[in-house]
Amino acid sequence: MEKMLLLGDEALAQGVIDAGMSGMYAYPGTPSTEIMEYVQRSKTAAERDIHRKWSANEKTAAESALGMSYAGKRSMCAMKHVGLNVAADCFMNSAITGANGGTIVTVADDPSMHSSQNEQDSRNYGKFALMPTFEPSNQQECYDMAFHAFDMSEKYQIPILMRLTTRLSHSRSGVAVKEIREQNELKLPEDKRQFVLLPAIARKRYKMLLANQEKFEHESEMSPFNKYSDGSDKSVGIIACGIAYNYLMENYLDKECPYPVLKISQYPLPRKHIEKITSECGSVLVLEEGAPMVEEMLKGFLGNCLNIKGRLDGSLPRDGELNPNLVIKALTGKDFSMTPVPEIVAARPPKFCNGCGHIDAYNVLNEVMKEYGDGHVLSDIGCYTLAALPPFHSINSCVDMGASITMAKGAADAGLFPSIAVIGDSTFTHSGMTGLLDAVIENTNMVVLILDNSTTGMTGGQDSHAVDRLVSICEGLGVHKDHIIRVTPLKKNHEDMVRIIRQEIEYKGVSVVIPTRECMQTLKRKTKANK
Amino acid sequence: MKKDIILSGVGGQGILSIATVIGYAAIDSGLYMKQAEVHGMSQRGGDVQSHLRISDKEIFSDLIPFGGADIILSIEPMESLRYLPYLAEDGWVITNNTPFNNIVNYPEVKDIETEIGKVKNHILIDADDIARSLGAPLSMNMVMIGAASGSLGIDFSKLEAGIKFIFGRKGDEIVNKNIEALRAGKSFSENFLKK
Ligand SMILES: Cc1ncc(C[n+]2csc(CCOP(=O)(O)OP(=O)(O)O)c2C)c(N)n1
Repeated sequence: MEKMLLLGDEALAQGVIDAGMSGMYAYPGTPSTEIMEYVQRSKTAAERDIHRKWSANEKTAAESALGMSYAGKRSMCAMKHVGLNVAADCFMNSAITGANGGTIVTVADDPSMHSSQNEQDSRNYGKFALMPTFEPSNQQECYDMAFHAFDMSEKYQIPILMRLTTRLSHSRSGVAVKEIREQNELKLPEDKRQFVLLPAIARKRYKMLLANQEKFEHESEMSPFNKYSDGSDKSVGIIACGIAYNYLMENYLDKECPYPVLKISQYPLPRKHIEKITSECGSVLVLEEGAPMVEEMLKGFLGNCLNIKGRLDGSLPRDGELNPNLVIKALTGKDFSMTPVPEIVAARPPKFCNGCGHIDAYNVLNEVMKEYGDGHVLSDIGCYTLAALPPFHSINSCVDMGASITMAKGAADAGLFPSIAVIGDSTFTHSGMTGLLDAVIENTNMVVLILDNSTTGMTGGQDSHAVDRLVSICEGLGVHKDHIIRVTPLKKNHEDMVRIIRQEIEYKGVSVVIPTRECMQTLKRKTKANK
Repeated sequence: MKKDIILSGVGGQGILSIATVIGYAAIDSGLYMKQAEVHGMSQRGGDVQSHLRISDKEIFSDLIPFGGADIILSIEPMESLRYLPYLAEDGWVITNNTPFNNIVNYPEVKDIETEIGKVKNHILIDADDIARSLGAPLSMNMVMIGAASGSLGIDFSKLEAGIKFIFGRKGDEIVNKNIEALRAGKSFSENFLKK
């Protein structure tokens, strides 16, 4: 059969389409964005009328996917790892409500923080919620697991966590596809109170979840994705999770691995296999792409029962991604040699694109803030975060989406004057709006700059919910009309903008200034498409 | 047969088209392939790279091990040096020599060329100039593929087929220009290595 050449993200997307998904919900975030983008491009998804529009944020995505499951159809939500923090309330509770139609929560982690604020390992959330978790090791498994995950979700009425990592999400390989399945019919849950988490019901359902753990463990023991291969040299046994398995096998291309290897791609941990490898082998090396989760579980707090090696004893680095070299070094103790990067090679930090409106906005802000000194600008996540770097040095924070407005509020409450928030349009509708409401309620003395480039720029230009709505949203939240001001960030408007921001700083209350000019990248794409 | 190739350049230079042509040719030759999406700030002038692995056996790691790359194929000279830790002892650095200078501390070009000269196997090529002289300045990437074609382990005709497949929609003229560029890169390398 002909294979399709797909990224890990795309293989999962093709998998859920072929496995009869009716709706996908997501907010963009590297390295997960390509999953939704693939579904949006897919002809089959269009023919089957699969829901495939972006959501306002990860929480609304997760809840909508759960709602579709409630109605009996198969659904998936997808996000980057920090997105699961936003969706965590729904995620944790959905383990207790359970599912009706099969549902998958896909989370793409970014170890080594290639484009993220942290490298949290989502498998910990799976364990936290007591939810079965899949961690594909290659593109084919991404595809196959979509079927498996929907089946398991419907068999046990439980959502499934699907954890990807950057290198798999963003690497292409041949994938063999299966016959496409029908979607589910609309079918409400048999128990109409299943999703009502009143304490009395929640307690019952929580006990069911606990009782199911043994069955989930059994599923992991029988799973085609967890594989035990015996080896003659039992001095070391190797537990390799997700793509760490590839980094191990990369070292045994022309010879057989002499050690017993337990490949893990489905959790909870397969107890029987773990018992076998730990009892038969002198020591156990745990390879995980991310946090030492399995290692900690096996080692226990005191670490005094088994000889476990991994990230905690220094066999592997405590943080960052793995690679084939680190794995073989942990196994053999032999260091690897490599040519160093010549000293003359200079860093090429990312920059604003030529002509970007953010440049003009920051030139204005920098001029205004000269009067007050550094330290007054709380910002957020997006292309505009690049203003933390030279030559701008304009902003003083970037923590989590939406935090600019609320941190500026807290700082204003503490007496900081002026207190300025800088946020992007998509970030504002993601989770800036609620914070602005807090500020309006207390009439906090602050200025909010919403840098509106009418797209979700940082992640490649996905549609922004904010387009044409920012002024009415701010009005609706109660910001005074006279203090919602749209400006066009262009050199010729520099003086005007300086004057406006100065004036709004002097106003004692909430002001919102909205520099609005289209992103150069989306503009370029549109011009090209129109040619 | 196993070839591990690091593709490198600066965001916006289009290393993806190189990956796509070689990737198509590899699949068309019945080989296994893994190819990492362009990694880095592709739209914002930062450094970008992609790991491309081709083999007649199953490939495990999506990443090329340090010290394992057969080829660093770079469309910018300083960027070819950034990935030297990946280069195998007998690996090749094949790089365009036109600097993409978008930073204040870009090193002296002669220093870059000295460093490239220290690599035992290297080909330094003015791919921009060759593409321009063919009247196809946008085909610089295809010149680079041609320059590397001798060490890719893929039939040259498969690379041509890859170009036909990828540029086919844009018409015969564009296809032919790109194939011409591919061939020009190939003959440049052959002459370079004769010297
Ligand atoms: C919770 C969370 N979700 C997603 C992301 C990924 N992300 C970072 S910036 C950004 C979009 C920013 O868009 P916008 O606010 O419009 O600013 P722009 O990049 O267009 O300037 C996204 C989706 C993230 N860091 N955190």
